Amino acid sequence: MPVPSNKTPGLLKLHSLDNVLTATRSLEAGEHLLLEGQSITLTESIPIGYKVSACDIREGEKIFKYGVPIGSARCQISAGTVVHTHNLQSDYLPTYTLDGKNSYLKIHS
Amino acid sequence: MKAFLRPDGKKGIRNVIVVVYLVECAHHVAREIAFPFRDQEVHLIGFTGCYPNHYSHRMLERLCTHPNVAGALLISLGCEGFNRSQLATTIRATGRPVHTLVIQSTGGTRKTIAEGTKWIQETIQAATATPQVEMEMHELIVGTICGGSDATSGITANPAMGRAFDLLVEKNGTAIFEETGELIGCEQIMAARAVTPELGQELIRSVEKAARHYTVLGHGSFAPGNADGGLTTQEEKSMGAYSKSGSSKISGIIKPGDIPPGGGLYLLDVVPDGEVRFGFANINDNAEIAELIACGSHIIIFSTGRGSVVGSAISPVIKVCANPETFRRMPEDMDVDAGRILEGKGSLEEVGQEIYAKIIAVANRERTASELLGHQEFSLTYKSFEPIGPSCLPLNYQTYAMAH
Repeated sequence: MPVPSNKTPGLLKLHSLDNVLTATRSLEAGEHLLLEGQSITLTESIPIGYKVSACDIREGEKIFKYGVPIGSARCQISAGTVVHTHNLQSDYLPTYTLDGKNSYLKIHS
Repeated sequence: MKAFLRPDGKKGIRNVIVVVYLVECAHHVAREIAFPFRDQEVHLIGFTGCYPNHYSHRMLERLCTHPNVAGALLISLGCEGFNRSQLATTIRATGRPVHTLVIQSTGGTRKTIAEGTKWIQETIQAATATPQVEMEMHELIVGTICGGSDATSGITANPAMGRAFDLLVEKNGTAIFEETGELIGCEQIMAARAVTPELGQELIRSVEKAARHYTVLGHGSFAPGNADGGLTTQEEKSMGAYSKSGSSKISGIIKPGDIPPGGGLYLLDVVPDGEVRFGFANINDNAEIAELIACGSHIIIFSTGRGSVVGSAISPVIKVCANPETFRRMPEDMDVDAGRILEGKGSLEEVGQEIYAKIIAVANRERTASELLGHQEFSLTYKSFEPIGPSCLPLNYQTYAMAH
Protein backbone atom coordinates (compact mmCIF):
# COMPACT_ATOMS: atom_id res chain seq x y z
CA MET A 1 0.00 0.00 0.00
CA PRO A 2 1.46 3.38 -0.91
CA VAL A 3 1.82 5.67 2.09
CA PRO A 4 0.72 9.27 1.48
CA SER A 5 3.44 11.88 1.88
CA ASN A 6 3.41 13.51 5.31
CA LYS A 7 4.62 16.84 3.86
CA THR A 8 2.21 19.62 2.84
CA PRO A 9 -0.41 18.44 0.32
CA GLY A 10 1.80 19.33 -2.64
CA LEU A 11 -0.79 19.27 -5.41
CA LEU A 12 -3.52 21.81 -5.96
CA LYS A 13 -6.64 21.54 -8.14
CA LEU A 14 -7.54 25.08 -9.18
CA HIS A 15 -11.00 24.33 -10.61
CA SER A 16 -13.41 21.39 -10.51
CA LEU A 17 -13.24 20.99 -14.32
CA ASP A 18 -9.43 20.68 -14.36
CA ASN A 19 -7.61 17.54 -15.53
CA VAL A 20 -4.22 18.87 -14.39
CA LEU A 21 -3.01 19.75 -10.88
CA THR A 22 -0.36 22.28 -9.84
CA ALA A 23 2.67 21.45 -7.66
CA THR A 24 2.67 23.82 -4.68
CA ARG A 25 6.21 22.79 -3.74
CA SER A 26 9.00 20.93 -5.53
CA LEU A 27 8.01 17.23 -5.47
CA GLU A 28 10.24 14.16 -5.62
CA ALA A 29 9.85 11.05 -7.78
CA GLY A 30 8.21 8.23 -5.83
CA GLU A 31 6.21 10.53 -3.52
CA HIS A 32 2.69 9.29 -2.89
CA LEU A 33 0.15 12.07 -2.84
CA LEU A 34 -3.50 11.95 -1.89
CA LEU A 35 -5.92 13.98 -3.89
CA GLU A 36 -9.68 13.81 -3.41
CA GLY A 37 -9.28 10.33 -1.92
CA GLN A 38 -7.15 9.08 -4.84
CA SER A 39 -3.53 8.14 -4.30
CA ILE A 40 -1.12 9.33 -6.99
CA THR A 41 2.45 7.98 -7.16
CA LEU A 42 4.84 10.36 -8.88
CA THR A 43 7.03 8.73 -11.53
CA GLU A 44 9.30 11.80 -11.91
CA SER A 45 10.34 14.84 -9.87
CA ILE A 46 8.24 17.95 -10.38
CA PRO A 47 9.40 21.56 -9.83
CA ILE A 48 7.14 24.02 -8.03
CA GLY A 49 4.32 25.38 -10.20
CA TYR A 50 4.52 22.59 -12.79
CA LYS A 51 1.41 20.69 -13.91
CA VAL A 52 0.64 17.03 -13.23
CA SER A 53 -2.13 15.05 -14.97
CA ALA A 54 -4.94 14.15 -12.58
CA CYS A 55 -6.20 11.30 -14.79
CA ASP A 56 -5.41 9.51 -18.05
CA ILE A 57 -5.73 11.98 -20.94
CA ARG A 58 -6.17 10.95 -24.61
CA GLU A 59 -4.19 12.45 -27.49
CA GLY A 60 -5.98 15.55 -28.77
CA GLU A 61 -8.03 15.99 -25.58
CA LYS A 62 -8.24 19.52 -24.13
CA ILE A 63 -6.15 20.23 -21.05
CA PHE A 64 -8.13 22.20 -18.46
CA LYS A 65 -6.57 24.51 -15.85
CA TYR A 66 -8.41 27.34 -14.03
CA GLY A 67 -11.55 25.64 -15.47
CA VAL A 68 -10.65 26.66 -19.04
CA PRO A 69 -8.77 24.90 -21.86
CA ILE A 70 -5.09 25.90 -22.02
CA GLY A 71 -4.28 23.72 -25.06
CA SER A 72 -4.50 20.13 -26.33
CA ALA A 73 -2.63 16.93 -25.49
CA ARG A 74 0.02 16.10 -28.11
CA CYS A 75 -0.09 12.40 -27.11
CA GLN A 76 -1.59 10.00 -24.60
CA ILE A 77 -0.80 11.23 -21.05
CA SER A 78 -1.15 8.83 -18.14
CA ALA A 79 -2.22 9.97 -14.67
CA GLY A 80 0.48 11.39 -12.40
CA THR A 81 2.90 12.60 -15.09
CA VAL A 82 4.24 16.07 -15.78
CA VAL A 83 2.25 18.02 -18.36
CA HIS A 84 4.43 20.49 -20.22
CA THR A 85 5.72 21.41 -23.70
CA HIS A 86 6.54 17.77 -24.57
CA ASN A 87 2.92 16.61 -24.31
CA LEU A 88 0.78 19.80 -24.39
CA GLN A 89 0.47 22.33 -27.22
CA SER A 90 -1.26 25.68 -27.56
CA ASP A 91 -4.42 25.98 -29.65
CA TYR A 92 -3.34 29.55 -30.51
CA LEU A 93 0.41 30.13 -30.86
CA PRO A 94 3.53 27.91 -30.80
CA THR A 95 5.55 28.02 -27.59
CA TYR A 96 9.07 29.33 -27.94
CA THR A 97 11.95 27.79 -25.99
CA LEU A 98 15.67 28.54 -26.19
CA ASP A 99 16.67 25.16 -27.65
CA GLY A 100 13.82 25.29 -30.15
CA LYS A 101 12.22 22.13 -28.79
CA ASN A 102 11.46 20.95 -25.30
CA SER A 103 12.83 23.01 -22.44
CA TYR A 104 11.45 20.62 -19.79
CA LEU A 105 13.41 17.65 -21.17
CA LYS A 106 16.50 19.86 -21.45
CA ILE A 107 16.39 20.70 -17.74
CA HIS A 108 15.73 17.17 -16.56
CA SER A 109 17.78 15.01 -18.95
CA MET B 1 -2.28 60.49 1.58
CA LYS B 2 -0.03 63.52 1.19
CA ALA B 3 0.65 64.60 -2.39
CA PHE B 4 2.76 67.16 -4.27
CA LEU B 5 0.46 69.70 -5.93
CA ARG B 6 1.44 70.69 -9.48
CA PRO B 7 0.57 74.07 -11.03
CA ASP B 8 -1.94 72.29 -13.34
CA GLY B 9 -3.78 70.83 -10.34
CA LYS B 10 -2.45 67.29 -10.68
CA LYS B 11 -1.33 65.49 -7.53
CA GLY B 12 1.84 63.41 -7.47
CA ILE B 13 3.36 61.04 -4.92
CA ARG B 14 6.97 61.64 -5.95
CA ASN B 15 8.83 64.87 -6.78
CA VAL B 16 10.84 63.80 -9.81
CA ILE B 17 12.84 65.94 -12.22
CA VAL B 18 13.31 64.23 -15.57
CA VAL B 19 16.32 64.63 -17.84
CA VAL B 20 15.14 63.73 -21.33
CA TYR B 21 17.34 62.81 -24.31
CA LEU B 22 15.50 63.43 -27.57
CA VAL B 23 17.68 61.09 -29.65
CA GLU B 24 20.26 58.43 -28.78
CA CYS B 25 23.02 60.89 -29.81
CA ALA B 26 22.09 63.02 -26.76
CA HIS B 27 21.83 60.04 -24.38
CA HIS B 28 25.35 60.21 -22.97
CA VAL B 29 25.18 63.92 -22.20
CA ALA B 30 21.78 63.51 -20.54
CA ARG B 31 23.02 60.56 -18.48
CA GLU B 32 26.11 62.48 -17.32
CA ILE B 33 23.83 65.30 -16.13
CA ALA B 34 21.35 63.03 -14.37
CA PHE B 35 23.66 60.43 -12.82
CA PRO B 36 25.19 62.52 -9.99
CA PHE B 37 21.63 63.35 -8.81
CA ARG B 38 20.27 59.81 -9.01
CA ASP B 39 19.54 59.74 -5.26
CA GLN B 40 17.73 63.09 -5.44
CA GLU B 41 14.81 62.00 -7.62
CA VAL B 42 16.44 63.04 -10.91
CA HIS B 43 15.47 60.38 -13.47
CA LEU B 44 16.68 59.76 -17.01
CA ILE B 45 14.15 59.09 -19.79
CA GLY B 46 14.20 59.62 -23.54
CA PHE B 47 13.67 58.42 -27.08
CA THR B 48 16.46 56.90 -29.12
CA GLY B 49 15.03 57.34 -32.64
CA CYS B 50 16.02 60.15 -35.01
CA TYR B 51 12.80 60.01 -37.06
CA PRO B 52 9.67 61.67 -35.66
CA ASN B 53 6.77 59.50 -34.44
CA HIS B 54 3.43 60.75 -33.13
CA TYR B 55 3.20 58.01 -30.47
CA SER B 56 6.64 58.61 -28.95
CA HIS B 57 6.10 62.38 -28.97
CA ARG B 58 2.80 61.98 -27.11
CA MET B 59 4.41 59.53 -24.69
CA LEU B 60 7.11 62.05 -23.75
CA GLU B 61 4.50 64.82 -23.43
CA ARG B 62 2.51 62.70 -20.98
CA LEU B 63 5.58 61.55 -19.06
CA CYS B 64 7.07 65.05 -18.71
CA THR B 65 3.72 66.38 -17.41
CA HIS B 66 3.03 63.34 -15.19
CA PRO B 67 1.72 64.13 -11.68
CA ASN B 68 4.95 62.73 -10.16
CA VAL B 69 7.10 65.08 -12.29
CA ALA B 70 8.15 68.52 -11.00
CA GLY B 71 10.16 69.68 -14.01
CA ALA B 72 12.00 68.60 -17.16
CA LEU B 73 15.37 69.22 -18.79
CA LEU B 74 15.35 68.40 -22.51
CA ILE B 75 18.64 67.42 -24.14
CA SER B 76 18.74 67.65 -27.93
CA LEU B 77 21.68 67.02 -30.25
CA GLY B 78 20.20 69.59 -32.61
CA CYS B 79 19.60 67.84 -35.92
CA GLU B 80 17.23 65.02 -34.85
CA GLY B 81 13.63 64.81 -36.00
CA PHE B 82 12.01 65.18 -32.57
CA ASN B 83 9.95 68.39 -32.25
CA ARG B 84 11.67 69.72 -29.11
CA SER B 85 10.00 73.15 -29.12
CA GLN B 86 6.52 71.61 -29.25
CA LEU B 87 7.39 69.32 -26.31
CA ALA B 88 8.78 72.26 -24.32
CA THR B 89 5.64 74.32 -25.06
CA THR B 90 3.38 71.51 -23.82
CA ILE B 91 5.36 71.18 -20.58
CA ARG B 92 5.52 74.95 -20.01
CA ALA B 93 1.73 75.21 -20.46
CA THR B 94 1.29 73.02 -17.35
CA GLY B 95 3.35 75.49 -15.28
CA ARG B 96 6.25 73.08 -14.77
CA PRO B 97 9.80 74.40 -15.16
CA VAL B 98 11.32 73.23 -18.45
CA HIS B 99 14.65 73.98 -20.10
CA THR B 100 16.03 72.84 -23.45
CA LEU B 101 19.74 72.43 -24.16
CA VAL B 102 20.82 71.85 -27.75
CA ILE B 103 24.26 70.27 -27.69
CA GLN B 104 25.31 71.62 -31.10
CA SER B 105 24.51 75.24 -30.22
CA THR B 106 25.57 75.06 -26.55
CA GLY B 107 29.11 74.15 -27.61
CA GLY B 108 29.42 70.40 -27.24
CA THR B 109 29.49 67.75 -24.56
CA ARG B 110 31.27 69.45 -21.65
CA LYS B 111 29.49 72.80 -21.89
CA THR B 112 26.07 71.11 -22.14
CA ILE B 113 26.76 68.90 -19.12
CA ALA B 114 27.89 71.96 -17.13
CA GLU B 115 24.82 74.04 -18.07
CA GLY B 116 22.48 71.10 -17.49
CA THR B 117 24.00 70.35 -14.07
CA LYS B 118 23.51 73.98 -13.02
CA TRP B 119 19.86 73.93 -14.11
CA ILE B 120 19.22 70.68 -12.25
CA GLN B 121 20.77 72.08 -9.03
CA GLU B 122 18.53 75.16 -9.20
CA THR B 123 15.43 73.16 -10.08
CA ILE B 124 15.95 70.62 -7.27
CA GLN B 125 16.11 73.59 -4.89
CA ALA B 126 12.91 75.07 -6.30
CA ALA B 127 11.14 71.69 -6.20
CA THR B 128 11.60 71.46 -2.43
CA ALA B 129 9.05 74.28 -2.16
CA THR B 130 6.34 72.27 -3.99
CA PRO B 131 3.14 72.59 -1.93
CA GLN B 132 1.89 69.39 -0.30
CA VAL B 133 -1.82 68.67 -0.10
CA GLU B 134 -4.17 65.87 0.90
CA MET B 135 -4.91 63.26 -1.76
CA GLU B 136 -7.95 60.96 -1.81
CA MET B 137 -8.15 57.37 -3.08
CA HIS B 138 -10.30 58.46 -6.04
CA GLU B 139 -7.36 60.56 -7.25
CA LEU B 140 -4.92 57.64 -7.27
CA ILE B 141 -4.11 55.67 -10.44
CA VAL B 142 -2.38 52.29 -10.15
CA GLY B 143 -1.13 50.18 -13.05
CA THR B 144 -0.38 46.49 -13.00
CA ILE B 145 1.99 44.30 -14.97
CA CYS B 146 3.57 40.87 -14.69
CA GLY B 147 7.08 40.03 -15.82
CA GLY B 148 9.36 37.07 -15.50
CA SER B 149 6.20 35.00 -15.01
CA ASP B 150 6.21 31.36 -14.07
CA ALA B 151 3.46 28.89 -13.22
CA THR B 152 3.14 30.27 -9.67
CA SER B 153 2.37 33.83 -10.93
CA GLY B 154 -1.19 32.97 -11.91
CA ILE B 155 -1.93 31.21 -8.63
CA THR B 156 -0.51 33.56 -5.99
CA ALA B 157 0.73 37.05 -6.94
CA ASN B 158 -1.61 37.81 -9.84
CA PRO B 159 -4.92 36.89 -8.15
CA ALA B 160 -3.70 38.62 -4.95
CA MET B 161 -3.03 41.78 -6.98
CA GLY B 162 -6.51 41.32 -8.43
CA ARG B 163 -7.88 41.41 -4.85
CA ALA B 164 -5.93 44.63 -4.21
CA PHE B 165 -7.37 46.08 -7.43
CA ASP B 166 -10.90 45.17 -6.27
CA LEU B 167 -10.28 47.08 -3.01
CA LEU B 168 -8.93 50.07 -4.96
CA VAL B 169 -11.90 50.15 -7.36
CA GLU B 170 -14.34 49.84 -4.41
CA LYS B 171 -12.83 53.10 -3.10
CA ASN B 172 -13.35 54.67 -6.56
CA GLY B 173 -9.62 54.56 -7.30
CA THR B 174 -8.41 53.90 -10.83
CA ALA B 175 -6.83 50.58 -11.79
CA ILE B 176 -5.23 49.80 -15.16
CA PHE B 177 -4.30 46.36 -16.45
CA GLU B 178 -2.72 45.78 -19.82
CA GLU B 179 -0.95 43.58 -22.38
CA THR B 180 -3.76 42.32 -24.59
CA GLY B 181 -1.28 39.78 -26.01
CA GLU B 182 -1.40 38.12 -22.60
CA LEU B 183 -5.18 37.98 -22.64
CA ILE B 184 -5.36 35.72 -25.71
CA GLY B 185 -7.77 32.94 -24.80
CA CYS B 186 -9.52 35.00 -22.06
CA GLU B 187 -11.36 37.43 -24.32
CA GLN B 188 -14.84 35.92 -23.93
CA ILE B 189 -14.84 35.77 -20.11
CA MET B 190 -13.32 39.27 -20.02
CA ALA B 191 -15.99 40.66 -22.35
CA ALA B 192 -18.70 39.45 -19.95
CA ARG B 193 -17.29 41.88 -17.33
CA ALA B 194 -17.65 44.98 -19.53
CA VAL B 195 -20.08 47.68 -18.35
CA THR B 196 -21.83 47.56 -21.77
CA PRO B 197 -22.10 44.86 -24.50
CA GLU B 198 -20.50 47.30 -26.97
CA LEU B 199 -17.45 47.65 -24.73
CA GLY B 200 -17.39 43.83 -24.48
CA GLN B 201 -17.11 43.66 -28.28
CA GLU B 202 -14.29 46.25 -28.20
CA LEU B 203 -12.47 44.13 -25.59
CA ILE B 204 -12.73 41.06 -27.85
CA ARG B 205 -11.56 43.09 -30.86
CA SER B 206 -8.50 44.35 -28.94
CA VAL B 207 -7.44 40.79 -28.07
CA GLU B 208 -8.06 39.60 -31.66
CA LYS B 209 -5.85 42.47 -32.83
CA ALA B 210 -3.11 41.28 -30.46
CA ALA B 211 -3.44 37.69 -31.72
CA ARG B 212 -3.08 38.91 -35.35
CA HIS B 213 -0.10 41.07 -34.42
CA TYR B 214 1.72 38.21 -32.72
CA THR B 215 0.84 35.74 -35.50
CA VAL B 216 2.39 38.07 -38.12
CA LEU B 217 5.54 38.37 -36.01
CA GLY B 218 5.56 34.60 -35.36
CA HIS B 219 6.04 34.99 -31.63
CA GLY B 220 3.62 35.45 -28.75
CA SER B 221 4.23 37.15 -25.46
CA PHE B 222 6.04 34.10 -24.19
CA ALA B 223 9.71 34.04 -23.16
CA PRO B 224 11.82 30.89 -22.71
CA GLY B 225 11.93 31.54 -18.97
CA ASN B 226 8.15 31.17 -18.83
CA ALA B 227 8.46 27.57 -20.04
CA ASP B 228 11.37 26.88 -17.68
CA GLY B 229 9.05 28.08 -14.91
CA GLY B 230 6.37 25.54 -15.80
CA LEU B 231 4.13 27.58 -18.09
CA THR B 232 3.40 25.64 -21.27
CA THR B 233 1.10 27.64 -23.54
CA GLN B 234 0.08 31.23 -24.25
CA GLU B 235 -3.46 30.43 -23.01
CA GLU B 236 -2.11 29.21 -19.68
CA LYS B 237 0.05 32.30 -19.26
CA SER B 238 -2.93 34.44 -20.28
CA MET B 239 -5.23 32.97 -17.63
CA GLY B 240 -2.63 33.75 -14.98
CA ALA B 241 -2.08 37.26 -16.31
CA TYR B 242 -5.82 37.90 -16.57
CA SER B 243 -6.31 37.26 -12.84
CA LYS B 244 -4.39 40.51 -12.13
CA SER B 245 -7.52 42.39 -13.20
CA GLY B 246 -9.53 41.17 -10.20
CA SER B 247 -13.29 40.83 -10.44
CA SER B 248 -14.57 44.40 -10.83
CA LYS B 249 -16.60 45.48 -13.84
CA ILE B 250 -14.42 46.78 -16.70
CA SER B 251 -15.17 50.48 -17.28
CA GLY B 252 -13.28 51.05 -20.50
CA ILE B 253 -10.39 50.59 -22.89
CA ILE B 254 -7.62 53.18 -23.15
CA LYS B 255 -4.48 53.43 -25.28
CA PRO B 256 -0.99 54.65 -24.29
CA GLY B 257 -1.15 58.29 -23.21
CA ASP B 258 -4.92 58.26 -22.52
CA ILE B 259 -5.70 59.30 -18.94
CA PRO B 260 -8.68 57.36 -17.51
CA PRO B 261 -11.55 59.85 -17.10
CA GLY B 262 -12.80 58.52 -13.75
CA GLY B 263 -12.41 55.80 -11.13
CA GLY B 264 -12.77 52.15 -12.13
CA LEU B 265 -10.96 49.36 -13.91
CA TYR B 266 -9.53 49.98 -17.39
CA LEU B 267 -7.77 47.81 -19.97
CA LEU B 268 -4.77 49.48 -21.59
CA ASP B 269 -4.55 48.31 -25.21
CA VAL B 270 -0.82 48.34 -25.95
CA VAL B 271 -0.86 46.66 -29.37
CA PRO B 272 -0.50 49.14 -32.27
CA ASP B 273 -3.33 49.65 -34.78
CA GLY B 274 -3.21 49.04 -38.51
CA GLU B 275 -0.71 46.90 -40.38
CA VAL B 276 2.20 45.56 -38.33
CA ARG B 277 4.98 48.16 -38.37
CA PHE B 278 8.05 48.90 -36.23
CA GLY B 279 8.28 45.33 -34.86
CA PHE B 280 7.09 43.87 -31.57
CA ALA B 281 4.35 45.66 -29.66
CA ASN B 282 6.36 45.78 -26.46
CA ILE B 283 10.00 44.87 -26.58
CA ASN B 284 10.31 44.42 -22.79
CA ASP B 285 8.48 44.91 -19.49
CA ASN B 286 9.71 48.48 -19.05
CA ALA B 287 8.16 49.58 -22.36
CA GLU B 288 4.80 48.50 -20.87
CA ILE B 289 5.53 50.19 -17.55
CA ALA B 290 6.30 53.45 -19.39
CA GLU B 291 2.92 53.21 -21.12
CA LEU B 292 1.09 52.61 -17.83
CA ILE B 293 2.85 55.67 -16.41
CA ALA B 294 1.96 57.73 -19.51
CA CYS B 295 -1.68 56.90 -18.68
CA GLY B 296 -1.18 58.62 -15.33
CA SER B 297 -0.23 55.66 -13.09
CA HIS B 298 1.24 56.98 -9.84
CA ILE B 299 2.36 53.49 -8.80
CA ILE B 300 2.97 50.20 -10.64
CA ILE B 301 2.38 46.81 -9.03
CA PHE B 302 4.51 44.16 -10.69
CA SER B 303 4.18 40.43 -10.16
CA THR B 304 7.07 38.09 -10.84
CA GLY B 305 7.68 34.39 -10.43
CA ARG B 306 11.11 33.94 -12.00
CA GLY B 307 12.40 37.05 -10.25
CA SER B 308 12.43 40.37 -12.11
CA VAL B 309 14.55 43.11 -10.52
CA VAL B 310 13.33 46.16 -12.46
CA GLY B 311 11.92 49.43 -11.21
CA SER B 312 11.10 52.47 -13.31
CA ALA B 313 11.73 56.13 -13.88
CA ILE B 314 8.95 58.48 -12.62
CA SER B 315 6.64 56.07 -10.75
CA PRO B 316 7.62 53.55 -8.05
CA VAL B 317 7.28 49.84 -8.79
CA ILE B 318 6.01 47.48 -6.05
CA LYS B 319 7.21 43.95 -6.72
CA VAL B 320 5.01 41.06 -5.64
CA CYS B 321 6.88 37.75 -5.71
CA ALA B 322 4.75 34.76 -6.72
CA ASN B 323 7.23 31.96 -6.12
CA PRO B 324 8.37 31.19 -2.54
CA GLU B 325 11.65 29.68 -3.80
CA THR B 326 12.42 32.86 -5.78
CA PHE B 327 11.56 35.02 -2.76
CA ARG B 328 14.07 33.14 -0.63
CA ARG B 329 16.71 33.47 -3.38
CA MET B 330 16.35 37.25 -3.98
CA PRO B 331 14.40 38.83 -1.08
CA GLU B 332 16.05 42.28 -1.37
CA ASP B 333 14.41 42.82 -4.76
CA MET B 334 10.87 42.05 -3.55
CA ASP B 335 8.25 44.07 -1.64
CA VAL B 336 5.59 41.43 -1.03
CA ASP B 337 5.95 37.64 -0.55
CA ALA B 338 2.84 36.22 -2.23
CA GLY B 339 4.42 32.78 -2.72
CA ARG B 340 3.78 32.06 0.95
CA ILE B 341 0.19 31.28 -0.08
CA LEU B 342 1.53 28.03 -1.58
CA GLU B 343 3.12 27.17 1.77
CA GLY B 344 -0.11 27.67 3.68
CA LYS B 345 1.23 30.84 5.37
CA GLY B 346 -1.35 33.25 4.06
CA SER B 347 -4.51 33.47 1.98
CA LEU B 348 -5.16 35.36 -1.25
CA GLU B 349 -7.31 37.77 0.79
CA GLU B 350 -4.53 38.48 3.29
CA VAL B 351 -1.89 39.04 0.60
CA GLY B 352 -4.36 41.16 -1.39
CA GLN B 353 -4.86 43.39 1.65
CA GLU B 354 -1.11 43.54 2.23
CA ILE B 355 -0.60 44.75 -1.37
CA TYR B 356 -3.35 47.35 -0.92
CA ALA B 357 -1.73 48.57 2.30
CA LYS B 358 1.63 48.69 0.51
CA ILE B 359 0.14 50.88 -2.24
CA ILE B 360 -1.01 53.40 0.40
CA ALA B 361 2.36 53.29 2.19
CA VAL B 362 4.30 53.83 -1.05
CA ALA B 363 1.96 56.69 -1.95
CA ASN B 364 2.91 58.13 1.45
CA ARG B 365 6.62 58.16 0.43
CA GLU B 366 7.69 54.69 1.62
CA ARG B 367 10.43 53.59 -0.78
CA THR B 368 10.00 50.34 -2.71
CA ALA B 369 12.73 47.68 -2.99
CA SER B 370 13.59 48.75 -6.53
CA GLU B 371 13.71 52.44 -5.53
CA LEU B 372 16.11 51.65 -2.67
CA LEU B 373 18.32 49.73 -5.11
CA GLY B 374 18.34 52.66 -7.55
CA HIS B 375 16.38 50.99 -10.37
CA GLN B 376 15.09 53.57 -12.87
CA GLU B 377 14.71 51.53 -16.06
CA PHE B 378 13.02 53.15 -19.04
CA SER B 379 12.18 52.02 -22.56
CA LEU B 380 10.36 53.79 -25.42
CA THR B 381 10.08 52.68 -29.04
CA TYR B 382 8.19 53.46 -32.27
CA LYS B 383 4.47 52.63 -32.49
CA SER B 384 1.28 53.89 -34.13
CA PHE B 385 -2.26 54.05 -32.75
CA GLU B 386 -5.70 55.22 -33.85
CA PRO B 387 -7.64 57.25 -31.25
CA ILE B 388 -10.21 55.34 -29.15
CA GLY B 389 -13.89 55.70 -29.97
CA PRO B 390 -16.94 56.41 -27.71
CA SER B 391 -17.75 52.69 -27.22
CA CYS B 392 -14.36 52.25 -25.49
CA LEU B 393 -15.43 54.58 -22.65
CA PRO B 394 -19.22 54.15 -22.39
CA LEU B 395 -19.50 55.85 -18.96
CA ASN B 396 -17.48 59.00 -19.49
CA TYR B 397 -16.32 59.49 -23.08
CA GLN B 398 -17.34 63.17 -22.96
CA THR B 399 -15.04 63.83 -20.00
CA TYR B 400 -12.23 62.03 -21.83
CA ALA B 401 -12.82 63.89 -25.11
CA MET B 402 -12.78 67.28 -23.38
CA ALA B 403 -9.53 66.51 -21.56
CA HIS B 404 -7.69 65.17 -24.63
